[in-house]
Amino acid sequence: MDKYVCVLCGYVYDPEAGDPDEGIEPGTKFEDIPEDWCCPVCGAGKEDFEIEE
Amino acid sequence: MRPVEIAKGIYSVGVRDWNIRDFHGYATDQGTTYNAFLIVDEKIALIDTVKNKKQFTQQLIDNIATIIDPKKIDLVVSNHTEMDHSGGLPHIMHYIGENKPIYCSKMGKKNLAKHFSRSWNYHAVKNGEELSLGKKTLAFLETRMIHWPDSMFTLAKEDGVLFSSDGFGQHYAGYELFDDQVSEKIMYEAKKYFANILMLYAPRIKKLIKGVTDLGLEIKMICPDHGIIWRKNPAKIINAYNAWCDQTPIRKALVVYDTMWESTERMAEAIADGLIDENVITKLMHVRTCHRSDVITEMLDTRAVLMGSPTLNNQMFPTLMDNITYIKGLKPINKIAAAFGSYGWSGEAVKFINKEFEAMKFEIVDSGIRVQYVPTPDDLKKCFQLGVKVGKLVKES
Repeated sequence: MDKYVCVLCGYVYDPEAGDPDEGIEPGTKFEDIPEDWCCPVCGAGKEDFEIEE
Repeated sequence: MRPVEIAKGIYSVGVRDWNIRDFHGYATDQGTTYNAFLIVDEKIALIDTVKNKKQFTQQLIDNIATIIDPKKIDLVVSNHTEMDHSGGLPHIMHYIGENKPIYCSKMGKKNLAKHFSRSWNYHAVKNGEELSLGKKTLAFLETRMIHWPDSMFTLAKEDGVLFSSDGFGQHYAGYELFDDQVSEKIMYEAKKYFANILMLYAPRIKKLIKGVTDLGLEIKMICPDHGIIWRKNPAKIINAYNAWCDQTPIRKALVVYDTMWESTERMAEAIADGLIDENVITKLMHVRTCHRSDVITEMLDTRAVLMGSPTLNNQMFPTLMDNITYIKGLKPINKIAAAFGSYGWSGEAVKFINKEFEAMKFEIVDSGIRVQYVPTPDDLKKCFQLGVKVGKLVKES
């Protein structure tokens, strides 16, 4: 599973950890996160994320 | 700063900080201002506050008191959480009533809560949301990461007055309040502000400006939270931002260096001679004389960066690394680069600078020049030739 980085603030979404505070269970692929989810650090939308190299 | 009515029912009520010279590591040679604005309508709104220093927060209250009883303020808009704009909130809220609403972005609510332990009455607004004050309407425009997650603009729609938070600001405290009162020197301060605070967000700023232009909103006046207000020609600063965002280089080279026994300095000067010989705008900056915030300002429109460092205890000289760390974070683009430096016995500095150039995605156009101890006339000739070589490349691009 790919990690995704927020190009705005540098936050990395790790699918293994998920984002439990926003109801994203550990093990959730980035692609499977609801479209209205946003970066927990800076509020950027999913469109501002890129696969971490 | 005495309050001034900048549009019907809209007052500038902020404060001047004449003597600040170090603004979180940014050299503010002209001081700065913390602008705040009061809108008097059926409802009374305060847009932003001032830095968290008693003399400023008290002055803000005193300024408001010359217009209305501050207790009559119905709501506060917080465009940006950074302490130079939100720092006055505890004082203001205590004075006007802790339960009065604070309008901010969603991230603003999150971030204000992490700055202040009070449980204020936050109203997180959505992008484009509007709020009627009576005759006037406020529209909120999210500007995330320009330059903090919480950043937003507020537009007083009917008046066409944009409260742009840190956008379009300048660290400048003068007797002037408006662009038509100030000389062209203000553009340097605006450019310096852009280079030091906003450069890395250039792609987003470009998008934002396009987005706002496409909305067809009539913006008659831009009120940033620092410096003068753009009322005569707001397009001037918007156009300047568009150009700065592109970072299109001019025919210019910047030689940035430090030196211990003047050897690296002599190399720098020989390189500069070569650049000047090619009719390239050339600027030498010794980093213990020139502040990093001025170096990055010159970096904005330069094509070539030549960086020189002595080798000290097998390392690059620390002041260069200070500058590189700062530059790296602000992500300048479109640069060609070369390194140089004198050394005693090991001489790693050039290698280390090249590594940093690579990390910053600067195009290395020469492997660099290393000179042991003191440059000979032959060494200086090589430096001159490096200047010529880089100068020619600057002209080609």
